[in-house]
Amino acid sequence: MSDEHSHHDAPPSEVTQRVKALEQLLVEKGLINPQALDELVETYERRIGPRNGARVVARAWVDPEYRKRLSQNAAKAIEELGFPPGPQGEHMMVVENTPRVHNLVVCTLCSCYPWSVLGLPPVWYKSPAYRARAVIDPGGLLKEFGVETGDKEVRVWDSSSEMRYFVLPEQPAATQGLGEDELAELVTRDSMIGTGLPKSPAARGREAAGVAR
Amino acid sequence: MNSVHDLGGMHGLGPVIRELDEPVFHADWEKRVFAINLALARRVRNIDAFRHAIERMPPAGYLSVSYYEKWLYAMETLLVESGLASRQELANGHASSPAPKQATGSLSDGDRDDSFDPAAVKLRFDKSIKARFKAGDRVVARNINPAGHTRLPRYARGRRGVVRYDQGVFAFPDTRAHGLGAKPQHVYTVAFEGKELWGEGRRGRTSVYLDCWEDYLERDRAAASNTAASRTAAPRSAAPRTAKSRAKARPAKPSGSKRRKR
Repeated sequence: MSDEHSHHDAPPSEVTQRVKALEQLLVEKGLINPQALDELVETYERRIGPRNGARVVARAWVDPEYRKRLSQNAAKAIEELGFPPGPQGEHMMVVENTPRVHNLVVCTLCSCYPWSVLGLPPVWYKSPAYRARAVIDPGGLLKEFGVETGDKEVRVWDSSSEMRYFVLPEQPAATQGLGEDELAELVTRDSMIGTGLPKSPAARGREAAGVAR
Repeated sequence: MNSVHDLGGMHGLGPVIRELDEPVFHADWEKRVFAINLALARRVRNIDAFRHAIERMPPAGYLSVSYYEKWLYAMETLLVESGLASRQELANGHASSPAPKQATGSLSDGDRDDSFDPAAVKLRFDKSIKARFKAGDRVVARNINPAGHTRLPRYARGRRGVVRYDQGVFAFPDTRAHGLGAKPQHVYTVAFEGKELWGEGRRGRTSVYLDCWEDYLERDRAAASNTAASRTAAPRSAAPRTAKSRAKARPAKPSGSKRRKR
């Protein structure tokens, strides 16, 4: 458990020490089990992430009945695809982008995020800057993220309760013939937060061919 | 509490910096903090007490440390406050006494973190708790400034909005964070127009959908009487208003269906 290889802002070693002491103490007191910790880390590093949400979105695009179930009881519909609610996923609501409304998700008071479909949030989602600006200047923020909303209403969901929100983006143009797997490839994490849009098939194709983004 | 965590609408916090191909964790200690917190959640803490512990961080620290350092701070705080560990033990990394069977203080009211628990889902659909509001009702967020925990952000206090969804029954963070019970009540998603929250001159048409516990809301009487007045054939004057009242009633029409004239 060393941070030596971290290229990112190396935390002060004081933090590393504190964490070691905490874990050791709680194990001694019988409050936690180190193996269970490893499993939790593994789960969120490998099994729960935005690919899960992308499957949900792709299914909703191809299957109107599924889309209906998703809007009625999102947690249950998500579980249908094999993604259990788990922490931060029990009380879910999907918010649909339309030609008139663009949705954006934030948590101004902490960093609530729909873990079951998107995994753990990126650092910027938890940053003071994002949390401060999303409610007062969503249009300006979206512009920085490269999203033009034109004369759509921008609807910001501030996750202040135990409800968790995620965005069902609009299906990109000219993708009607694509299968569910191909569609899921177009769905980005940011498009389900509302700070992005799904990729177009052409952009996805360039990526697959290894052309620079 | 009116602390720095209540960030909605603040200026001067710099650009939103994104990292390309960001890893789930940036260091091993982050993984451990994340997992310890989840494991503890199942035993000793409730989510509201945990959030409140983070809010009580000194403001400069709150703004400068990373997310998982906040979690670490909150865990240490709650372990000490609940009597499960001492500062000395946390410093040494060794137990000088076994953990008490039952935590005390804000963690002792019998409700573990039930937001991770099937019981929470049951609570949400509890039909025995009546809803005071329904979708379409015009409401005002109360102007409250509790020194303890609350989930009503400052930017919404005193502002007028429309109930869009009744999300069901949830425990009340303002009491549960302090060991004062779950006080279950309905939570409503309330739509506040950007203009109502931030004044004129905002870019584009925006609205903020905020989840509000029933205790945070009052009926918007000015709007209600105005709507009633507009329905009667003989118009009568609206409810008396104070000079500075924001209570300029607008027609009861969902913002989603409104079309701006161009």
